[in-house]
Amino acid sequence: MKRNILDKYSHAFLLAPFLLSFLIFILLPILIAICLSFTNFNGVQFPDFVFLDNYIRVFTNDSTFLTKILPNTILYAVIVGPGGYLLSFFMAWVLSQLTKVPRTILAILLYSPSMTAGVTVTTIWRILFSGDRTGYLNYALLQFGIIEEPISWLQSEQFLLPIMILVALWSSMGIGFLSILSGMLNVNQELYEAAHLDGIRNRFQEVIYVTIPSIRPQMLFGAVMAIVNTFNSAGLGVQLSGSNPTPGYAGSLIANHIDDFGYIRYEMGYAAALSVILLLIIWLTSRVAYRLFEDKE
Amino acid sequence: MAIIMAKYRVVSINSIRFERTQLKFYIVLLPFLVVVILPIIYIVCSAFKPMEELLAYPPKFFTYRPTLENFTKLFEASDNTAFPMSLYLFNSVTVTIAVVIFGMLFSAAAAYALSKLHFKGRELISKVNTVSMMFVATAVSIPRYLIIKYVGLLDTFWINIVPLLATPVVVFLLKQFIDQVPDTLIEAAKMEGASDYRILFRIIMPIIRPALATSTIVLFQNAWNNTEASNLFINRDSLKTFAFYMNSLSMSENGVAGLGLAAASALIMFVPNIVLFMLMQSRVMNTMAHSGLK
Repeated sequence: MKRNILDKYSHAFLLAPFLLSFLIFILLPILIAICLSFTNFNGVQFPDFVFLDNYIRVFTNDSTFLTKILPNTILYAVIVGPGGYLLSFFMAWVLSQLTKVPRTILAILLYSPSMTAGVTVTTIWRILFSGDRTGYLNYALLQFGIIEEPISWLQSEQFLLPIMILVALWSSMGIGFLSILSGMLNVNQELYEAAHLDGIRNRFQEVIYVTIPSIRPQMLFGAVMAIVNTFNSAGLGVQLSGSNPTPGYAGSLIANHIDDFGYIRYEMGYAAALSVILLLIIWLTSRVAYRLFEDKE
Repeated sequence: MAIIMAKYRVVSINSIRFERTQLKFYIVLLPFLVVVILPIIYIVCSAFKPMEELLAYPPKFFTYRPTLENFTKLFEASDNTAFPMSLYLFNSVTVTIAVVIFGMLFSAAAAYALSKLHFKGRELISKVNTVSMMFVATAVSIPRYLIIKYVGLLDTFWINIVPLLATPVVVFLLKQFIDQVPDTLIEAAKMEGASDYRILFRIIMPIIRPALATSTIVLFQNAWNNTEASNLFINRDSLKTFAFYMNSLSMSENGVAGLGLAAASALIMFVPNIVLFMLMQSRVMNTMAHSGLK
């Protein structure tokens, strides 16, 4: 009898462990964030309902958000997202033209920065951009006479965001890059020959008319991964400068603003509203990616 | 035909032999490779530099007298803290193994159910899972904190492991791979009287080995590099992970003296990642061929 139940509801038993952790740690937090975003909550007292006040405050009363955080986030996302994606596509395409052994070695090398999450990233770049004259960049620039005084790059309002973008692009060739590369390697060779008979005459046409249509599903997966990477790496500014908020809010993105309000000022309702806005931005960008790459049939 | 071919070679993807026409691709790759690799070479060099080379002005990129000084100092530095470094390492290894094994089992079971079993809500769950690949945990860390507090996992060892078990991208990749397994194979096994559990372990798991290797990599990276739990959900030092410890160590020692320690700790964090990936790369590429989203 017991065996029967196990077999009859096997789908439920197989799904349960994953679904349970999925609900508790992914779905429920999103729902709670949505609920909390309509309240005032300091983490201790019971939240009181304020309806849209938090959202109104975000767009009318939070001058840091409007003048620094939002423009930073948009600039960062617009460059790192599509930039990292194009870079992944281009690198994958170049690698796909090579023979197996060098291609494998080079793919591992290009992929390796994406494994250097957290600690490693911070360490390397903090040293390279170190603010005194022993920092590598400062030393090189002083040596060539380009600057007179060492610049404290990571504390500078001018340079922090560009450095974050550079670091994010450096580590952008992750799992999406592997997906695109693998897709390209599996394109049916006969398609290229057929396209050639149909009058395709150069590599550019080949990419546009054969490669991209053939690997559209992998490109969509790559795009989704690029979006996730972009918003996941949002902690970079704080990691590099060592403080939240970053100097003059120059490297602060929405994710840092959420932490700032949630964990430092304990305005959790307001932080939740910011979370919802961030999730909406991520979801909307992914809709754009789906529009671009979805099968049109 | 032959004349046109000479100008422009039709099939070039996935070449078998090296040809001189490929040289231009190497030339294009070179600058990118330099930018990508230099920081990593730099970390390796700094980790093995003795103090006088770290302090040298002008700063030197390469090391001329490699030593293990930084690594021994790193282990000694931990003597001053309440717990030995081996404890953090032990924590991290335990967490990583648990996340990889259970994360994979949970995901494979779910992926099999979503791919091959018929039940109400299957399409919906698959869709929700696909959308959740975009989930960014940092966006909702506060509600997560509240939930963890409510279920009583705050400041326990479990919290290092449990939130990482649900990884939508792993379920997605496994499901895409299981979709390739012919239904007839599963029907035949059912005819013989095999249960779904038996089919999963005896038929599906062996077939999807490349995809399992890929999930190992993804889960490993999530667990090994994770500092979120130690940062936000754990107070007791004895429960924190190696990644967190390395992070705080490399942040606390500023200036040139800390540079060697920071580089050594970064290297210890980085090496397991790259070794694992190198061992499994061909299987990862095999999985990625089925990663497409439609």
